[in-house]
Amino acid sequence: MTPADKRTEPEIGTSPQGSERDLGIQREMEENTVVPAGATVLDVVGVQEGMFGVDGTGDTSGYGGLRRPVAMPGATPRPYGGWFDEAADRLVALLDSDASAAIEQVVVHRGELTIHLRREHLLATVRHLRDDPELRFELCSGVSGVHYPDEEGRELHAVYHLLSMTHRRRLRLEVAVPDADPHLSSVVAVYPTADWHERETYDFFGIVFDGHPALTRIMMPDDWPGHPQRKDYPLGGIPVEYKGATIPPPDTRRAYR
Amino acid sequence: MSTTTGTDPYAPQQDTTAGPVFTVTGQDWDSVVAGAADGAEERVVVNMGPQHPSTHGVLRLILELDGETVTETKCGIGYLHTGIEKNMEYRTWTQGTTFCTRMDYLAPFYNEAAYVRGIERLLDIEADIPERAQVMRVLLMELNRISSHLVAIAMGGMEIGALTVMTIGFRERELVLDLFELITGLRMNHAYIRPGGVAQDMPPGALEQIREFVKLMKKRLPEYAALCNANPIFKGRLVDVAHLDLAGCLALGITGPVLRATGYPWDLRRTEPYWGYDEYEFDVVTWDSCDAYGRFRIRVEEMWQSLRIVEQCADRLADLEKSPVVVADKKIAWPAQLAVGSDGMGNSLDHIRHIMGESMEALIHHFKLVTEGFRVPAGQAYGVVESPRGELSCHVVSDGGTRPYRAHFRDPSFVNLQASSVMSEGGMVADVIVAVASIDPVMGGVDR
Repeated sequence: MTPADKRTEPEIGTSPQGSERDLGIQREMEENTVVPAGATVLDVVGVQEGMFGVDGTGDTSGYGGLRRPVAMPGATPRPYGGWFDEAADRLVALLDSDASAAIEQVVVHRGELTIHLRREHLLATVRHLRDDPELRFELCSGVSGVHYPDEEGRELHAVYHLLSMTHRRRLRLEVAVPDADPHLSSVVAVYPTADWHERETYDFFGIVFDGHPALTRIMMPDDWPGHPQRKDYPLGGIPVEYKGATIPPPDTRRAYR
Repeated sequence: MSTTTGTDPYAPQQDTTAGPVFTVTGQDWDSVVAGAADGAEERVVVNMGPQHPSTHGVLRLILELDGETVTETKCGIGYLHTGIEKNMEYRTWTQGTTFCTRMDYLAPFYNEAAYVRGIERLLDIEADIPERAQVMRVLLMELNRISSHLVAIAMGGMEIGALTVMTIGFRERELVLDLFELITGLRMNHAYIRPGGVAQDMPPGALEQIREFVKLMKKRLPEYAALCNANPIFKGRLVDVAHLDLAGCLALGITGPVLRATGYPWDLRRTEPYWGYDEYEFDVVTWDSCDAYGRFRIRVEEMWQSLRIVEQCADRLADLEKSPVVVADKKIAWPAQLAVGSDGMGNSLDHIRHIMGESMEALIHHFKLVTEGFRVPAGQAYGVVESPRGELSCHVVSDGGTRPYRAHFRDPSFVNLQASSVMSEGGMVADVIVAVASIDPVMGGVDR
């Protein structure tokens, strides 16, 4: 199965809204410029097998063959509601001809707006978001990383949380980069506060922020091997004996998914 | 490449490729002065730390000095990194509160609050949280703001030699911790704010004790003003020191008292009200001096405002007797009815009798929820609260499972500490201490 198939055709299950929402999106996509054609409702980021967190622990529950796709909320059709439309329109207008290339999809979930961007356009987009008086996201609240090891070609996500004090709005930008080429432009020139945040994200996920003034580890020692917040990095720990029984460390312990 | 010339085996004087290295542990400045005088270079690099400047935690400041003037400040952090975020990924959503409460150990309730806000948004139960739970959360957070600001003022005072401020600060903080112990069973690391509500109801008599505390604090808070506000030595150390204006704050992402000391009334309790903060009467305190003195005055005044909110909470709680403190959905609400016993908080005996002796279904339900936990719909959310140090937020990501897929905390201490260089460069070495104290960083939160 190619990565593209995986993103559009989950084997089991669909989004909570099901096919009804699918139709709505398709209709919507034809007339909407913000959500480019090809964006999917379901954003399958992985597949879970079995009932428990650790494989090979002698699962006799009969749920060992369970396969569940891990799907994040997908692109949202217009109207997004509230100020979201206005802000998205303005951003599209500012990005002009780059808009469809820059914006991968727009997700509105639980009242929060997330704009997925392609990495080449991140710097130009945050500059617009900060400088335009109608958008004016003057504060970058933080940068965090998320690792989706099963999402081929988009394993590492950098998530930027922006805050507009002028308009009292919050916005999230998400940029995915492949593990094989984890490069992203640094936003420190636009938001100096991102300095330590990007160093932290580099330290924990190995995302390289090009143009950062001094991209070094910040939490871990300088000679530390690996990036600890990645999903394939072990938690560590040793088995503990308690009342005669041996309890394995949390990451190798059988646990419900 | 170094040659050892000193006699102390643990702190030898060394000659390295970068220049001579002296280890100063106190009372031995003579060797440094003599050694520095020999050197051709004027530039001196001083490692301040890594140690425990006060209760801020283990912070290392690398200062480049020209005489007594600081030309460059760098922070070395990470000494208290314990991998809390990573650990949370291996525990259920409810257990996560036990971990994140240990981050910023001077403001434990805020860590829980930011995390729980994120989870509740993902669960879509924000509107279902009972009023009594919300009021109790606000009450505890405001008491916590008082105890945190007391430490900020006490330790800030101690660092510049005002020891009385330290002793009275800790005297009052003890009263707040007594209240925490009464209500949650613990003085710190409470894990009390849980997804869906709070861990348990208040014990009988708590409201009276809170009212007593407010009465006592109203008598004692003026002591801080009397000791410090017009004290010429105190003002001499703080006024116009560690200057940072509004533009600087926004560029560096600084929030909290440091931002409000520039005169900008940004307080999330007002600008993005949560948990009923819009129903309380309080003022957002600002100061327009952009300096360490303004931050001190803001902290003192915010304690007064917190007392106002605590009083209103106590009145509202008196009207809400017997109402639930956790969400009605039994698939989320922690099944145990907790009670504080002689050995601390634990399952109430009534509940144990019920599940062990009366109802098989209750036992199964309890077992499933405690071992397996509940599932949170896939997605991501950003829970934000105004902590004593500024915007504390938690980015929670769920893959639809029983554990957080990722929980990232934006700790205000972490962000605000970035301002230490702009606040201290160009000033005297002694003012570095004042600058860091006015930011009030807690390294447990910085390093997580």
